[in-house]
Amino acid sequence: MNKFGFAIKTPRSENMDKVSLERYHQLLNREPSFKRCFQCGCCSATCSARQFTEFSIRRIHTSFRRGEYDGLTDELRKCMLCGKCTLVCPRGVNLRSVIINMRQILDETK
Amino acid sequence: MRKVAIIGAGPAGIEAASILARNGIQVSLFEKSETPLKNLQDKAFLFPNFQAAQEIVDDLSGKLLADGITSVFGVEITDVRWQGTEWKLTDIKGQTYVTDSVLIATGYQVFDAHRKEELGYGIYKGVITSLDMEQMIKHGKITNANGDEPKRVTFLQCVGSRDEKSGNHYCSKICCVTAVKQAIEVRKQLPKCDSSVFYMDLRMWGQGFEEMYRTAQEKYGVSFVRGRISEAAATFDGRVQLKSEDTLMGLPLKMTTDLLVLMVGMEPSCGTKLLGKSCDVNGDYGFIKTVNPHLYDNETSRPGLFAAGTCKRPMSISDSINDARSAALAIQEYLDSLKNEN
Repeated sequence: MNKFGFAIKTPRSENMDKVSLERYHQLLNREPSFKRCFQCGCCSATCSARQFTEFSIRRIHTSFRRGEYDGLTDELRKCMLCGKCTLVCPRGVNLRSVIINMRQILDETK
Repeated sequence: MRKVAIIGAGPAGIEAASILARNGIQVSLFEKSETPLKNLQDKAFLFPNFQAAQEIVDDLSGKLLADGITSVFGVEITDVRWQGTEWKLTDIKGQTYVTDSVLIATGYQVFDAHRKEELGYGIYKGVITSLDMEQMIKHGKITNANGDEPKRVTFLQCVGSRDEKSGNHYCSKICCVTAVKQAIEVRKQLPKCDSSVFYMDLRMWGQGFEEMYRTAQEKYGVSFVRGRISEAAATFDGRVQLKSEDTLMGLPLKMTTDLLVLMVGMEPSCGTKLLGKSCDVNGDYGFIKTVNPHLYDNETSRPGLFAAGTCKRPMSISDSINDARSAALAIQEYLDSLKNEN
C-alpha cells in the first residue's frame, strides 16, 4: 500500500478530449491507405522484428492514431523496412510508407 | 398463360418456381447441373438450429414436382436477351426459349482458397476449407491429414472476404456464424479435441446467432482469439503451424494445429457473372445489381428481368428463400401489368 506514496499521480487513461491528432491527420494526408486499417494484427504477426523483441508495429500505429507519441521515435528506428507487413495486409495499407512517414512527421514536429 | 423462366435450381429458384406455379403461371426452371440444390447438398446442418440440411433439400425437391413447373437439368443458359415483346434465352448448345419474364437465381460459388497462397491450401494437407469441414461433419468423421483423430482444429475467418489482396472488400456475412457452428460440431463429435476460432469481428447478425456464440463459449468451450492468421506452414509431422497476432494481448502468437479450416467467403457464381454481363445488370464484384436495395430489391434495370438469392449478394439459406418469395410477388405483379396493357 505504501508504495503509492504521497505524490499526486497523473491518470493513465487516454484523454480523447485533450489529445492532439494533428500529426495523425498529417499521416493520413501523406498515406491515405492507412485510413483503411481495421486492426487485424497481420502486420505484427508476420513482422520479423516482432518475433524476438517488444517491437510491435500494430501498437505503434495504434498509438499514433490515438495521439500518443511518447517513445515512438525510438521504437520506429527498430523497423528494418523489410515490407512483409505491407505484403500481408488484407486492407492493402502501404505500411512501409506509413512507417517512413511516421518517422518523418515525428522528426519534423519534434 | 404467362410464362416465366427461372435460371438456377437452388433454394431461391425452386421456392420462386413453386410459388409462381401455385398461382397459375407456367414456369421453366433451368439448371446447369444434373441435379438441383448442389450447394445445399454439401451442407450437414444449418445454423442456428442445427436442422439437417437434408430436410430442406427434401422439402424443396418435393416442391419441384408441382404441376406447372418444367425442370430442365444439365442445361446452361448463356445468354438472355430482350426481343421487343418477349425475353429470349439461349443455352450453351444454341437452343432458344422464349418467355415473358426471367428470374436470375444463379447463386454463388465459394472463394477459391488456393488464391491465398500464404495460408497453404492445396500445399499442406492439414489446411482445408469450411466446405471440406462441412463434408467431414456430415459423414461424422473429422480426421487430420493422416486420417487420425485431430487434437486441435482451428478456424480462420474472412478468407477471401474483407480482403484487399483478393479484390473482395465485402463481408460474406455467413462465415462468422458457420465457423461457430462448425466449432461446436467439432466439440460435439470429438469432445477431447480443442476447437479455436481466429476472428477480427464476430458478426452475429441473425436471430439466435449470438445465443449460439454464447453456447459455443459456455457449453462447448470453444476458444476465440482476436487476430487474423497471416501465414501457415507445415511441421515435420504433418501438422500446421500458424502465425498470428493476438491483438487483445498485443503479442505475436504461434500455434500448431492438426486442421486449419479456412472460412471461405461467397463470390458470384460463373453463371451469375455471365448473365449479369449479358443482360447489363452486373453490379459490384460481378453480383447482380437491383434497382434499389430497400424498395425494389428484386427488380433489375431491365423490365421483366428479376433477381433473387445469392446472385445479388451473400445471403443465408433462409434469407434466399424469403427473397425468392418476394421475387415471385414482384414477377406476378409485372405479369399482371402486362395483362392490363393488352
